[in-house]
Amino acid sequence: MSDDQAVEPAPGLSRRRVMKALGATLGAAAFGAAAAPLLDQEAPDAAALFQRHYKELSRDEKAEVIQRLEDEAREAYGRNVSIADPKPRWRTKFAYAINLSLCNGNGKCVEACHRENNHDRETNQSYIRVLEMPKGTMDMEQGNTTYTHAVPAEGKFYLPVQCQQCDEPPCVNVCPVEATWKERDGIVVVDYDWCIGCRYCMAACPYHARRFNWKAPVVPADELNPEQGYLSNRVRPQGVVEKCHFCLHRTREGRLPACLEACPTGARVFGNILDPQSPIRRVLEDKRVYVLKEELGTKPSFFYFFDA
Amino acid sequence: MSRMDDRPMDIVTTQPVQRHRVTYPRFLARALAAATDGSLAFYAWMTGLTAVFLVGVNAWAHQVTSGMIHTNMTDHVSWGLYIANFTFLVGVAAGGVMMVIPAYLYKDKKMQDVVILGEILAIAAILACLAFVTVDLGRPGRVWHMFPGVGRFHFPMSMLTWDVVVLSGYLLLNLHVVGYLLYTRFLGRQPNPRWYKPFVLVSIVWAISIHTVTAFLYCGLGGRPFWNSALLAPRFLASAFVAGPAFLIVTMLVLRRFGRVDLPQRPIDVLVRIVRVAILVNLLMVASELFTEFYTGGAHTAAARYLFFGHEGATALVPWIWTALACALVAAFLFLRPGASARSGTLAVACVLAFVGAWIEKGMGLIVPGFVPSTLHEIVEYTPSHLEWRVSAGIVAFGLLVYSAALKVALPIFRGTLRLPGAETAAPEEGS
Repeated sequence: MSDDQAVEPAPGLSRRRVMKALGATLGAAAFGAAAAPLLDQEAPDAAALFQRHYKELSRDEKAEVIQRLEDEAREAYGRNVSIADPKPRWRTKFAYAINLSLCNGNGKCVEACHRENNHDRETNQSYIRVLEMPKGTMDMEQGNTTYTHAVPAEGKFYLPVQCQQCDEPPCVNVCPVEATWKERDGIVVVDYDWCIGCRYCMAACPYHARRFNWKAPVVPADELNPEQGYLSNRVRPQGVVEKCHFCLHRTREGRLPACLEACPTGARVFGNILDPQSPIRRVLEDKRVYVLKEELGTKPSFFYFFDA
Repeated sequence: MSRMDDRPMDIVTTQPVQRHRVTYPRFLARALAAATDGSLAFYAWMTGLTAVFLVGVNAWAHQVTSGMIHTNMTDHVSWGLYIANFTFLVGVAAGGVMMVIPAYLYKDKKMQDVVILGEILAIAAILACLAFVTVDLGRPGRVWHMFPGVGRFHFPMSMLTWDVVVLSGYLLLNLHVVGYLLYTRFLGRQPNPRWYKPFVLVSIVWAISIHTVTAFLYCGLGGRPFWNSALLAPRFLASAFVAGPAFLIVTMLVLRRFGRVDLPQRPIDVLVRIVRVAILVNLLMVASELFTEFYTGGAHTAAARYLFFGHEGATALVPWIWTALACALVAAFLFLRPGASARSGTLAVACVLAFVGAWIEKGMGLIVPGFVPSTLHEIVEYTPSHLEWRVSAGIVAFGLLVYSAALKVALPIFRGTLRLPGAETAAPEEGS
């Protein structure tokens, strides 16, 4: 790089100047051509581009956003969907427990979650993974999630894992934009319209509870679940993180999570731990329960126990 | 280049303040002219970099449109080549400070003549870092969600927000120092220490902070035992002080050999001495990490086993890490030989080996095993996709473009050949 020439450019159009201008023009054109695929996207409307954080939306603004999302869904699927925004219920703290003596690894919960939550069909996504574990260990390293044989297999037990709805959630702490937070009833939610897709929460979660939309999820129109929640199972946009939300669009209305309803063994127990009459409360009082990775101090709201 | 802060504060000189309105635009125009002017080899180099950069732009445009499905990242390995390169380049940026410390803290005059190289490297590397983080975002159009005021900046809970603060702060500091020094020298004046010394001193501490905070991104995660080590931040710094100086040494060798730029030998000697220490400290820390992992054994060492020997038949990273170790060991041997800085050929080889070794160790060798096995102990492997390589090459080319153009402007200004016409000749200065 010799640097001393042409420090004092000649006035007027020197050949070097013409070449430089030509080079700059060509460069700009090439840049335009290289970036052209960006223009192929459908331009989102301004309302979507500048939409505020969920917690900052007024009642009217939220209604507008939901209206827009419902219109978009109707256009995309040719069906009416309703997107509700149920609030946490008063004096409610949800918890979940699984009876590992009953669970036989049939995977109905995984499928139910897949359908209920409008997961991408091609990747067979679900918020639940079931580990097949050899009896005699609690070490997840011995587990296997990809078993395909008939269940229950001899000498195995089954450990379903989904979001543990921690009381000290590492995923919430690390989010740089507060796109994920813990609600009053204990459910950790994601604002899909605020998440920037950095995936730091996925690195922070010790339970592999979070999923990323590597592409826009595809659900056939006739399989779409039209009963949707804003913070739960509405069809997620491309490029954002999602997770189990204890089916809040159901449970905040007094119904049970889809995975529990689908379970043929009765291994799953769900409820409000502030209600002394709830079945979950009985499990916590009567059974010797444990939580996953207790040593990390995440304080899960998800419990496991053996009955036999 | 920088246009910051320089304008109004004219205590240095008796000339009227208004003159900057005339001279600063002329400075920028001259800088632009100098940056786009050179030998055929220079044009070829810049054109080649531009071509690679555009390939990267195109690949990224596709990624934004169709989603990150064309990367090889998965829900199991949710960070890959982009974050690996980001982590490594933060170290390169911090490594630039190893010229700043001898120049300003030890008042090494020869180093002061070339210290601008380290500061320019910091600027180029930080810009590349920011680009790597941006291409890793699933929704790059939403970055404004992070801006305080309009968005929700989760400070101080999220370490990522700390990283944004320290990286942009480091960028601004270096832009100011470089911009101020170049502009005053362009005017033919002696820079006023008051307007850059405090910033230089802050930037020294700041350089340490950028790499410490970047390590804290990972080592603060209890769910990832491979990263959850108190040694991570010191290790990051040690390898940064290998990679940064190695890059600067190669730059100076190349400028001397091919750019016919007359550079003193002493800064190279100083940097070689720094690398000698840093490369050994880094190897010591790697060894003590490995001892702890493998002697202890148990489930928490699965990631280290996977990295070095493969795990349950999965061996994708094994060749990478042994390459890195071999590079680091050979480089350490070459650096530690007496007279290592005398023979520039061997020195260049040593630097390249040290640089590549650090790139693997802190990139692929650090980020990926954090995810393998996953938190549920599933083994899903990762090798970067073609698209990820193209995007990454584009960003590296972009960083080199910035670096080359800035050097092209800075060197003649520092050597007194590029001056405001009519300004007094070169500022009094000994040496070169």
